[in-house]
Amino acid sequence: MTPALQIMQAGPGLSLQDYGRPGFLANGLSRGGAMDPLALAEGAALMLMPAGDALAIEMAGVGGRFRAEGAALLIALTGAPMVAELDGVRLPWPGSFLLPKGAELKIGGALAGSYGYLSVAGLQAPPVLGARSAHLAGGIGARLTTGAVLPCTPAPNPGGLKLVPEDRFGGGTIRILPSAQTDQFSAAMLARFEAAEFTKDARASRMGARMAHDGEGFSQAEHLAILSEIIVPGDIQVIGDGAPFVLLPECQSMGGYPRIATVISADLARVAQASPGAPIRFRFVPLAEALAARRAAALHRKSLPDGVVSRVRNPADIPDLLSYQLVGGVISAIHEPED
Amino acid sequence: MPPQPFPTLHRMGEASLLLEFSDHLSMPVNAAVLAFRAAVEAASWPGVAETATSLKSVFLRFDPDLIDHTTLEDHVQALLASRDWLAEGLPHRRRLWRIPAVFGGDHGPQLDEAAAMVGLSADAAVAAIAQTRLRVLTIGFAPGLPYLGRLPEAFDIPRKTELNPAVPKGGLGLAIRQMVMFPVETQTGWRWIGQAAFDGFRQHAATPFALNAGDEILYRPVSAMEFDDVIAGLETGQDAMAEVLP
Repeated sequence: MTPALQIMQAGPGLSLQDYGRPGFLANGLSRGGAMDPLALAEGAALMLMPAGDALAIEMAGVGGRFRAEGAALLIALTGAPMVAELDGVRLPWPGSFLLPKGAELKIGGALAGSYGYLSVAGLQAPPVLGARSAHLAGGIGARLTTGAVLPCTPAPNPGGLKLVPEDRFGGGTIRILPSAQTDQFSAAMLARFEAAEFTKDARASRMGARMAHDGEGFSQAEHLAILSEIIVPGDIQVIGDGAPFVLLPECQSMGGYPRIATVISADLARVAQASPGAPIRFRFVPLAEALAARRAAALHRKSLPDGVVSRVRNPADIPDLLSYQLVGGVISAIHEPED
Repeated sequence: MPPQPFPTLHRMGEASLLLEFSDHLSMPVNAAVLAFRAAVEAASWPGVAETATSLKSVFLRFDPDLIDHTTLEDHVQALLASRDWLAEGLPHRRRLWRIPAVFGGDHGPQLDEAAAMVGLSADAAVAAIAQTRLRVLTIGFAPGLPYLGRLPEAFDIPRKTELNPAVPKGGLGLAIRQMVMFPVETQTGWRWIGQAAFDGFRQHAATPFALNAGDEILYRPVSAMEFDDVIAGLETGQDAMAEVLP
């Protein structure tokens, strides 16, 4: 059997994701792609593979059961930390691991955040419009379901690596910039928007996330009749009930709701990843701060390989060496005690 | 809020601009939008990654590491000032599509209701549609979904408040002097009046998107029987007829 990852049992929100397919707005297609692109780059770094052609299984809220077929596979677990077990042994998150041929990987619910990522070395999928990600709203690709067999390549290395993930799973203060319709909102409305404490509504999807709060909404009467306009991920629409709705990578290409602001690119994954119910506030920042954050995020992605280290501890660093079982023979990164 | 002067150039966050020609749709405004986007594409300013149009605006996405906001805004303003865009006319090399479509019956169950609102018989409404060269005003909401206009003023009917659960691929919707042609089965509030033999989004084809904003469409009414033959032809690779406009 050719090397493949078989999905023994799929959670409800699994799809293949890469960095999406920008450039088709004129054709009515938003860029799509991973809700947390940093998690793709982290997965690539943990597998010692190039980040540019990363492809992973995105798991919304919960994973599933997976089995290595035909060969030992190299995998990485990144994004929202989930309860993961390899043949019954709990795996640390994030990290890369060797999945022996026939071994079963079980990924349960998220402990924090919303989207976990299972990267598999050499994962293959046919490109559509230059990308391999599913764009469910646009009819490209499909959810991954139980029984799917995903071709990949034999493990090129044994994994066993870890990195320190950037914390982006708990919501917090999200930096925003004005968008095309921000100046149609009164200064008082914008001030109230910045002062409001929202929580992320549980009804979020790859298209967008509603922000719930107890106070008055943010609709203004003159906004009822606006003509549809081009929208992009990050834009914050004020929908019919007055609630802000942050557009995420799989949003439509046009929208008829007014946009109060737009989330800076460096903070968009923080909105997507926030756990249901996580607190969120919005704060306008100067353009220069947004651009600096964008550059810092790009530098951070590039520097990820430098931050990857082995999970197997150097014996000299282990204070109580004698308490460890050293005669077991084979060193398995997977079964090592974790720090 | 004071009335805005148009055209208005807006920033959309850290990497996009929106040049809004009006706050309402008219055919000259839409033509200006299409002409301006064609000129931006021709200008090939370094750092501009993508352009698109809505009914009334031109959108530019750019890489702020390659070109800063102020420089790009200056380029846009200079191009804007270089001529009268409302008098510029539509860009060249647009295409005219002649697309077979069946109206009414099972392929368009709300034709009679829509025609009554327009104040015409169903036959007269279809004849008026078939005589109108409909411009692709914009493409959006779903991949390859064109907004076509405009029909005569009598066709300014509202959308339904409840949704049609499943209008099929090729389904034609009518409202607000416009038509839409669905590339996939869709829920919609537009009245479903017909079905066109046209595949607007073929994701595995060399040219996945047939239509571009600015193209024109003439629908050729056919019988349900002929429509089924055309659909069978579509499945073996034939296509609607297109000619390049001067």
